[in-house]
Amino acid sequence: MDWVATFAVILDSAIRLSVPLLCAALAGLWSERAGVVDIGLEGKMLIAAFASAVIAAQSGSAWAGLIAGMLASIALSLVHGFAAITWRGNQIVSGVAINMLAAGLTVILGNAWYGQGGRTPTLEGAARFGEVTLPFATTLRSHIPVLGLIYDEVVSGQSAPAYLAVLALVVTAVVLKRTRFGLRLRAVGENPAAVDTAGISVAGLRYGAVIICGALCGLGGTYLAVSQSAGFLPHMTAGKGFIALAAVIFANWRPWQALWACLLFGALDAIAIRLQGVALPGIGQVPVQAIQALPYLMTVILLAGFIGKSTPPKASGLPYVKER
Amino acid sequence: MTAQSAPAIELSGISKRFGPVQANRDVSLSVAAGSIHGIVGENGAGKSTLMSILYGFYEADSGEVAIGGRPRRIRSPADAIAAGIGMVHQHFMLVETLSVVENVVLGAEGGAWLSGGVSRARAELARLAQDYGLAIDPDAIVGELSVGFQQRVEILKALYRGAQILILDEPTAVLTPPEADQLFSLLRALRDQGKTVILITHKLREIMEVTDRVSVMRRGEMVAHLATSETSPPELAEAMVGRRVLLQVEKAPRPRGAKVLEAIGLDLVDARGVALLSGVNLTLHAGEIVGIAGVAGNGQSELIEVLAGLSHPSRGVVRLGGQILSSADRNPACLRKLGVMHIPEDRHRTGLVTAFPAAENSILGYQDDPALGPGPFLSPSTIAARARETFAAYDVRPPDPELKTAKFSGGNQQKIVLAREIERAPKVLLVGQPTRGVDIGAIEFIHRRLIALRDAGVAILLVSVELEEVMALSDRILAMCGGRITGERMAEAADERDLGLLMAGVTEEAA
Repeated sequence: MDWVATFAVILDSAIRLSVPLLCAALAGLWSERAGVVDIGLEGKMLIAAFASAVIAAQSGSAWAGLIAGMLASIALSLVHGFAAITWRGNQIVSGVAINMLAAGLTVILGNAWYGQGGRTPTLEGAARFGEVTLPFATTLRSHIPVLGLIYDEVVSGQSAPAYLAVLALVVTAVVLKRTRFGLRLRAVGENPAAVDTAGISVAGLRYGAVIICGALCGLGGTYLAVSQSAGFLPHMTAGKGFIALAAVIFANWRPWQALWACLLFGALDAIAIRLQGVALPGIGQVPVQAIQALPYLMTVILLAGFIGKSTPPKASGLPYVKER
Repeated sequence: MTAQSAPAIELSGISKRFGPVQANRDVSLSVAAGSIHGIVGENGAGKSTLMSILYGFYEADSGEVAIGGRPRRIRSPADAIAAGIGMVHQHFMLVETLSVVENVVLGAEGGAWLSGGVSRARAELARLAQDYGLAIDPDAIVGELSVGFQQRVEILKALYRGAQILILDEPTAVLTPPEADQLFSLLRALRDQGKTVILITHKLREIMEVTDRVSVMRRGEMVAHLATSETSPPELAEAMVGRRVLLQVEKAPRPRGAKVLEAIGLDLVDARGVALLSGVNLTLHAGEIVGIAGVAGNGQSELIEVLAGLSHPSRGVVRLGGQILSSADRNPACLRKLGVMHIPEDRHRTGLVTAFPAAENSILGYQDDPALGPGPFLSPSTIAARARETFAAYDVRPPDPELKTAKFSGGNQQKIVLAREIERAPKVLLVGQPTRGVDIGAIEFIHRRLIALRDAGVAILLVSVELEEVMALSDRILAMCGGRITGERMAEAADERDLGLLMAGVTEEAA
């Protein structure tokens, strides 16, 4: 039974590491399915982490922090939208600018306000999202072998933002597939001219997608600062926004596949942490960086066509200009 | 078409300007309800702009629109749809990754959840299939359908939205002749059901075949409104161009010269293993135009690409002036040096870099010519001066070598490509779709140039989807179907029906 417990611990850790990836990947998916490439997921998560940590520290409420994180991230999303949709600017340039802005702004403001090298005060009690114990966790654990343990260790005991991320996944999948808004959104990412001639506003749809993208990045960033850690640390997103982009490509721009991609990448991260300083029999010590590079490596291999085929939305990255 | 009923569409005094270009000037048009109304004009005459205004894609600078006798302001496609107008665009407005039924309901879903609207659309599609013979699988992915079926989806989209007025912009440009005939019978069926159809085209044959009335546009203005039964193609052509046009190309007989280029047993198999060319034999003589007749996509493009060195045949050899071309010679640069010039069929994709000034496009492919500048440098003044000369000789308008190529009309862009290749004294000229998207005036000019080259002893291979063009220009015609040459006719002995059978793959042996 011991290996089951170890497995459950690694799985739990993988899930915790996957939550911010899933949020950012869903955010990227919304944006790109609507035709707006968003390389600024990283920056938006970072600003959300900062804003949520600050507000949670000031107000003492983690939920207030979440709302602040989402609003800050949405604000940056709207900047991206304004550049990419209204002014038909280059979406990569705008995204990179947002990443740089967020990286600099969070540290400067954090230092100016708290003077701790960019850190925000440590969050305690209600200012931080605690573990939510789902009903029957302990009962099931003692009555059902293996599954009960996994239910208690892995499914139960996550924080509220983690459950919200799963909810966001389900909502995303349903909305994209089964609603009017989802159909229009999928259409606008493939052929905006078709949407325009059907009498629907291309800009309206894309702004909608970009705002959803901001909210989800906000959720992910808040999870990092107010749930996983107890406060903001400079550059704490550490490339998660980019791994999420890789996950979106890996998932072929589909929500459920995005979940699996994020879990896989999260698991790799968990294994990397677990293997730190451990010598594997026959191989020796594996550099952590080698495992951390795997998501990118796998994405490159996927894109090269060795695993499957990944087809982006056709109009992704292209500003919509009415042809003359 | 009773006198009492109000016209379906009444446009009066429509003007629209894009920057310095007056696309529509004081245009008026009246379209009777329940009729098929043709609008003809050269490219750039303002037909598409006028229809885009009617469909709410652009707003007119001035002028009035009345639909069914009631004045309407149409400021967006949504307004147009509400007014009962449907449009089938030249480039389809379809989402290729979605299914037919999803494309049909897009924008008319009838509720926040899709399921209700989709099942209603299925029922409606079944009804339309019965009424008009527009059968289609509602769950097919649009991108996997043939072009003819995609157009059907476009028409179904409009009908599903309850369009009473259907505008079709150059609908036959992408269709095979039988598909076009099907479309025309559909349009007649729609008219008989009381719908109004506007057909925009530059093909006079279509106007004569299917319309009740026709309006002619020239340089942004309406120049004539005629009843189709009372007019004729020459009259329409004259109205379009503003002068009499030679629809027949004048060509003196000329004895053909020596064998210049010979292709023997060319096979081409693509990466998926599909045979694109099978056993193609071909001989070109000096002073001869050989035309390839075929429905688009039957190997003509691939044949030209192989001969131009853009792709390598899986089997077979090409002889140029008696010498077998080595694989090292089979690339466009070497072939150009050997005198094999190529006018590509898609000037935007392979003929020009439209973002470059015209002068730079006039040297593309010849940028290594030492006459253009010392060593690795190019001399912009030399290039511009040469371009100015050739533009004058080829009547490229405006004759401004500094102007971005994208700003030239289709005909003038084609003349830039033509001038670039012809001016280098070709021995063999490979020409793909020389007059696709080109106005009548430029067509005439290009045809005359090609004939002059043939008279000067150049061997020309002409590929065109316009059978009329192939028949008018060629000395000898080869028909292609499914990557094979299905027959050969001397131009004098060729007739349209006979060639049509060969193009459909009915070979002598089979017949």
